[in-house]
Amino acid sequence: MTATTVAPDVKRGKRADVSDRSRAENSLGIRLVAPAIFLMLLVTAFPMLRALYLSLFNYSLTAPDERKFIGLSNYVTALTDSLFWRDTANTVLIMVVTVAIELVIGFIFAMVMHRVIFARGVIRTSILIPYGIITVVSGFAWQFAFSNSNGFVNGWLPFIGDDFNWFGQYSSGIIAIMVSEIWKTTPFMSLLLLAGLAQVSEDMLEAAKVDGATWWQRLWKVILPNMRSAIMVAVLFRALDAYRIFDNIFVMTAGAQGTESVSFLTYRQVIEQFQLGIGSALSVLLFLSVLLIAFLIVKIFRVDLAAARQEG
Amino acid sequence: MSTKNRIGVVIGAILILLWCLLPVAWIVSLSFKSQEAITNGSPGFLPSSGGGAGWQNYADVLADEQFRRAIFNSIGISLIATGLSVIIATLAAYAIARLEFAGKRFVLTLALVIAMFPVVSLVGPLFDMWRTFGIYDTWPGLIIPYMSFTLPLAIWTLSAFFREIPWEMEQAAQVDGATSWQAFRKVIVPLAAPGVFTAAILTFFFAWNDFVFGISLTSTENARPIPAALSFFVGSDPFNRPASLLAAGAVVSTIPIIVIVLLFQRKIVAGLTSGAVKG
Repeated sequence: MTATTVAPDVKRGKRADVSDRSRAENSLGIRLVAPAIFLMLLVTAFPMLRALYLSLFNYSLTAPDERKFIGLSNYVTALTDSLFWRDTANTVLIMVVTVAIELVIGFIFAMVMHRVIFARGVIRTSILIPYGIITVVSGFAWQFAFSNSNGFVNGWLPFIGDDFNWFGQYSSGIIAIMVSEIWKTTPFMSLLLLAGLAQVSEDMLEAAKVDGATWWQRLWKVILPNMRSAIMVAVLFRALDAYRIFDNIFVMTAGAQGTESVSFLTYRQVIEQFQLGIGSALSVLLFLSVLLIAFLIVKIFRVDLAAARQEG
Repeated sequence: MSTKNRIGVVIGAILILLWCLLPVAWIVSLSFKSQEAITNGSPGFLPSSGGGAGWQNYADVLADEQFRRAIFNSIGISLIATGLSVIIATLAAYAIARLEFAGKRFVLTLALVIAMFPVVSLVGPLFDMWRTFGIYDTWPGLIIPYMSFTLPLAIWTLSAFFREIPWEMEQAAQVDGATSWQAFRKVIVPLAAPGVFTAAILTFFFAWNDFVFGISLTSTENARPIPAALSFFVGSDPFNRPASLLAAGAVVSTIPIIVIVLLFQRKIVAGLTSGAVKG
C-alpha cells in the first residue's frame, strides 16, 4: 500500500476544509510540475511540430531563399527510395538481434547476480562500467579490437585469418556494430531483470522443488511467468533505445558497406547535407516508426507499464 | 544449493567480470601502445615489446588544447544540466508521489514518451531553432536538451523513492501548523536527499554520454563535449586514426565514470531498478 492512496483518506477526515485543501493541492501540484512539462515540451513537441511543418517544403540551408511548399513530396521521395527501406531493415535487424541476445545474456547475468554470495560488490561495480561508459568510447574500443592492423580479435578467434577486414563487407561490419551495442547495454538489461528476479517468491520456488519440479520446469513455470512485467519493460525500453542506434554506427563504420541506420540517414541529410526539408520528413518518419514499435510491443506483449510501476 | 549450482554461479561470475572488464582492459592496453607501433600495425592485446609508449599518449592528449577544452565543456555542461534537471525533477516527482492534481497522468505519459524519443529526429529543427535563438554552439544550447531528456529518468527515479518516504512526518509537520511548502522544504527534502543524489548520478551519466546533440548542436570547441571531440579527433593523417592517442583520450573520459561507479555503486543499482520496475 502506497502513501498516495492513504493520504487523501486522512485528509477527507477533516470534512470542513476538503474543497479548500484539494484546490490548494491541485494548484500546488500543477505549479510543481509546470517547469518540467515546459522543458520537456520545449525540446520535443515544439521541434517536432516544426519538423512536421518543414517537411512540407523543399528547403535547403545552402539556399534558404529558395524554400518552397511542395506538400507531401518529401514523404513520397523518402518512402519510394530504396535507401530508406534498406536503412529501416538494418535498424530493425539490429534491434531484433541485439535485444534478443541481450535478453538471454542479461537474464543469465541476473541469475548469477541474484545467487552469488561472494564478491557481490565487485560484480555490481563491474557491471556498471559498460553501462556508464561513453557509447563513442565503446565504439572505438570495439572498432580497434576488430581492426586487422591493431586489434586482437582476429588473433584470438580460430578460423579467422589474421588479415580479415571486419569492416570490409556488410555482414561482418554489422556484426561488429552489434557486438559493441550488446556489450554496452546488456548490463542495463540485466539490472532491470535482476529487480524482477527479486520479486519471485522463494517460497514458491521451494514449493515447486518439493513437488519435484526440475530446474528447467521451475525456470519456465515459476520464475519467468512471475517476472513477466519486468521482462516486458526491459524489452520495451531496450527495443526503442536500440531502434535509435546512431553513436556506434557513426564511430565504427560511418554507414559504410550499407551499415547505415535510419537515425544515421536522418543525421546525414540534416547536418551534413543541410537538406532540412527531406531531413524533417525523415525525422517525422523516424518518430512515427518508434511510435509504431512501442504500440506493437505494448499490444502484442500486453505490457502494463502502470502496473509495473505500481501506478495503478 | 548443490555443488553443481555453486560451480555454475562461480563460472557465471567470472564470465560477468570478463565481459565487463576485458574491453576496458583492452582500451587501457591500447593507450600504452606507441604511435609508431600503431602506424606500422601492432596486432595483439598487449603492447609488443618495444612498442610501448609509457605515459606519452596521455601527455600528448592532455597537451592538446581542443581535448582540454572538451573536458572542460563536458564537465561544465554535464554538471549544470544535472543540477538544474534534478531540481526541476524533484519538484515534479514530489507532486506526482504526493499530491492529487489534474494532469498527473499526462506528466507520467509525457515523461515516458520523451524517454523513448528518437533523439536524431529533433536534431534538424533544433539546429534551425538554436541558430535563430543564437544559442547554437553554446553551453545553454546543450544544457537545455540534456535537461529535457534527463527529466523523465529523474522524475521516475525520484517518484519511486518518494513513495518510500514516511509521509506521516510531513502530516505531523502540517498538523503543527506548517504549510504544504514548509513541510516539503523542512521535512521531506532531507529525507529525499539520497534519492535525489541517485537521480543526479544517472542524469550526469546521460549528459556525459550524449553524442547526438554534442555533434549536431556545436561547431567549434566553444561547446563541443568529449564524445564529439573524440569522434573528430583524427590526428595528422585522417586515413590512419591515431588509435593509441584516441584510446588515451577515451580512458581519460572514462575516469569520472569509474570514480562515480566505485563510490556510489549501491545507489546507482537501486536507482536504475526502482525507476523502471518495483525493486
